[in-house]
Amino acid sequence: MTESVRQMGALMRKEFLLEWRQRYALNGMLLYIVSAVFVCYLSFSARRGQLTPIVWNALFWIILLFTAINAIAKSFVQERAGRQLYYYTLASPQQIVLSKILYNTVLMLALAFLGFGVYAFVLGNPVKDVPLYLVALVLGAIGFSVSLTLVSGIASKAENPSTLMAVLSFPTILPLLLELLKISKNALDGLDRSVSWKEVGTVLAIDVIVLVLSLLLFPFLWRS
Amino acid sequence: MKNIWWKVLAVVIMTYVIFWGLLGPVPRQPILNESIRNVSFHVPLWFAMIILLVTSVIYSVRYLRKGRMDDDLIAVEFANTAILFGVLGCLTGAIWANFTWGDPWPNDPKLNSVAVGMLMYMAYLILRGSFDDEQRRARISAVYNIFVFAVFIPLIFILPRMTDSLHPGNGGNPAFGKYDMDNNLRMVLYPGVIGLTLIGVWITQLRVRLRRVKVAMDE
Repeated sequence: MTESVRQMGALMRKEFLLEWRQRYALNGMLLYIVSAVFVCYLSFSARRGQLTPIVWNALFWIILLFTAINAIAKSFVQERAGRQLYYYTLASPQQIVLSKILYNTVLMLALAFLGFGVYAFVLGNPVKDVPLYLVALVLGAIGFSVSLTLVSGIASKAENPSTLMAVLSFPTILPLLLELLKISKNALDGLDRSVSWKEVGTVLAIDVIVLVLSLLLFPFLWRS
Repeated sequence: MKNIWWKVLAVVIMTYVIFWGLLGPVPRQPILNESIRNVSFHVPLWFAMIILLVTSVIYSVRYLRKGRMDDDLIAVEFANTAILFGVLGCLTGAIWANFTWGDPWPNDPKLNSVAVGMLMYMAYLILRGSFDDEQRRARISAVYNIFVFAVFIPLIFILPRMTDSLHPGNGGNPAFGKYDMDNNLRMVLYPGVIGLTLIGVWITQLRVRLRRVKVAMDE
């Protein structure tokens, strides 16, 4: 048990080091979300604080979704096949996919909080219950990274990973996205928190289902 | 020719369902009126689709366990037939909705969920098309098939029940059986499910044989 935790730690450390050494990719993603927010801001004629809550909310989550797909799509593409084979001789596939998921969660948390900060800064912040909105962001970061990591593993094996990533992930992420939109809309309107627990439970349930599936299915995926 | 009995059964059942569904006695309901006859056609299509999708997933799991290419062929053809049934289910539903809800595609969570589900399975077909290597295609699309099914089931059965929906059995509405159904209708609905499932299996069997012939001719 401790051995496998130690191996997981080493794999996580490898992911972070890899990201840190290729800083242009990380900076690229940070710039991606900031410029996407700014494009949206200017597209609505730079009218601060005039979007209706539902538009404000939907726009933010769509920006976050696109950023997530772009950020996670590369989690299996950036390393060459030979090197991946080397990892598989060192650790079990479950450990590899779990470390990727954890790493992507951290990445998505950073991107989501940065995105939220910039978005609220330029477009105004109508959120009435900020802690609950941040909970929705955390749930979203976990959910996106869990479900998109498996999809990116699937897409990376195909001929044109980038198109396929979008096609495969949009419909599969939708149940999660709808629940997240509901939670964050409740937070936006400052509704009583007891209203949102059901949705929070559903999101967690979806996360658990997808996580278990990832652990079960990934061993079949990497063999090819 | 010894396994022909279930095809005969399918034809007999479907003949009965089509004639008795259109001519048999049905309960009188406000708004629904005669359109309630669509229960015998629209509802069994979805039941049959789910049964076919479950079969497809079972064959995908079997492929991953045993690695026989034939299982992959069967899985994809069951998924194909299920998509066909899904499209037909949408069409019969659109006709029904047009007369009872006043709009062929009302903004209803169940409809939207099904549309997303169809997108998922179309993506499955696209994914299959983007591989050259057969083994690889079979393995990865089997993985995706299982994954998609696990997302599709909560999407179509659980999420619509948590919001308001026009469909019976959702958003706190009682299921259709509670007061709209009577035994006359049930006598057509349940044979319809069996009949359409058999028809689906028949279509799938023909397509699988066609694929097997093609594979044999390529070799």
